[in-house]
Amino acid sequence: MRYTLLLHYQEAEPEELGAEVIEEAQRAFAAYARTLHEAGVLIGAEVLQPSANSTTLTMVDGRLRVQDGPFADTREQLGGTVVIDVADLDAAIRWGREAPPVQWGAVEIRPGATYTVEGVWTGNG
Amino acid sequence: MRPADAAEQVARTSYGRLIALLAASTGDLALAEDALASAFERALSTWPDDGVPANPEGWLLTVARNRQRDTWKSAAHRTSDPLEFAADQVSPLDDLDPEAIGDRRLELLFVCAHPAIDAAIRTPLMLQTVLGFEAAQIAAAFAVPPAAMAQRLVRAKRRIKNTRIPFVVPEPQDRPERVAAVLEAVYGCYAIAGTGDLADEAHYLAVTLAALLPTEPEAWALAALIALSRSRATARDADFVPLDEQNTTRWDRELIAEGESYLRRASGGQPGRFQLEAAIQAVHCDRARTQQTDWPALHTLYSALITIAPTLGAQVALAAVTARIHSPAAGLDALDQLDAETFQPLHATRGELLAQAGRPAEAAAAFTTAASLTTDEALQSYLLGRAATCRR
Repeated sequence: MRYTLLLHYQEAEPEELGAEVIEEAQRAFAAYARTLHEAGVLIGAEVLQPSANSTTLTMVDGRLRVQDGPFADTREQLGGTVVIDVADLDAAIRWGREAPPVQWGAVEIRPGATYTVEGVWTGNG
Repeated sequence: MRPADAAEQVARTSYGRLIALLAASTGDLALAEDALASAFERALSTWPDDGVPANPEGWLLTVARNRQRDTWKSAAHRTSDPLEFAADQVSPLDDLDPEAIGDRRLELLFVCAHPAIDAAIRTPLMLQTVLGFEAAQIAAAFAVPPAAMAQRLVRAKRRIKNTRIPFVVPEPQDRPERVAAVLEAVYGCYAIAGTGDLADEAHYLAVTLAALLPTEPEAWALAALIALSRSRATARDADFVPLDEQNTTRWDRELIAEGESYLRRASGGQPGRFQLEAAIQAVHCDRARTQQTDWPALHTLYSALITIAPTLGAQVALAAVTARIHSPAAGLDALDQLDAETFQPLHATRGELLAQAGRPAEAAAAFTTAASLTTDEALQSYLLGRAATCRR
């Protein structure tokens, strides 16, 4: 069963955080990815650029509207995703609580419904 | 035995066991409930002619399994849309031998009290899936509209299935926290039960849980707490009678003995919350034997209890015990430290202590406030009666 870990946290400028904090976070993320990979549960992971670099598309009255910024302008933003394939929610929670952003934000665990294999949608499970 | 009685007896003793077995492999509680309901229907229509089978439980399980399988097959048949959840990938229950029916109720209880399930719906889930209560009965006990309760139960069951909460006994490192959540929810069954049939079921559930967790002292302590509390329920007729004034000959000796035997199994180690609460009940019950209440023992137990579970109820009770040992004024001082203007027992206790301290006007006011904070009619009329006596 695939679960996506949605990593939410407050965004900060690199200067605000300081080099040391950033390096520590990078080390934590590197170790986390390695652990997931070695356990054979990692499907893929991505850390996103700040939401200021987001572009949001919507249809308004049948016409495409292209907007600068994230879909939801909230204090905490989606900062990254990790997709894992594990047996059940207990296993997903065990991996989720190891995710570095638990320390400074929130990790939301969403079971996948369907995903693509060679361009074809396949049921999760 | 009449077939209808046989079916009812199996329903009473095996409902949760069968639901747990039927749902364990897929986590689909709603389907398990539907399948079992139709198996019971079939039993009621065929047993009168064919006779009650030698193994009614196995019979019901087999019929319910077939019913589940039919549903899966037709779901797989309908699922031509690849975006639809693939129902054909499960080959559930193949590992299940109906001749040797196991017990997955403990796993089911852990599922109902899983941290990913809203704490407010855990007790209703147990009442429905383990004990077989209808949503409407549960709604009445919780004083919420039936449709709202039914919807919350459906949503919780869907969540168990869709997020795949596993039917397992948690890993040792998660065990204490998870056991505490199960105990809390089972206690919730008793707390809302009052003195009716539901109390019987909550009692049964607590004893079942203790039997499933034989090395868990708090599980035995919870069973003891419920048995001992219920031993005095018989002494309460329509009128409310405070504990001190109850006629101990009307307490149920069998339930007291039962509770005490559970409490003995719970002893040893650092006493937990339920062990302390059960011990408090045991001290009260002991009055049936000794004709007096051991207030210093109660003081020790309540003091220990509020360090690990500082509930308002325990703090008010400790103040009342303090008043017994020292003086009403000491008890009133303790009550003044508490911040709970809408907590009925606080006002009732304050009224009692003010009356004892020779301050009848203030006592009457406290009793009147207490009466306004309860919906229990018997208790309300008792409190108003106390207020009237104080004003005389």
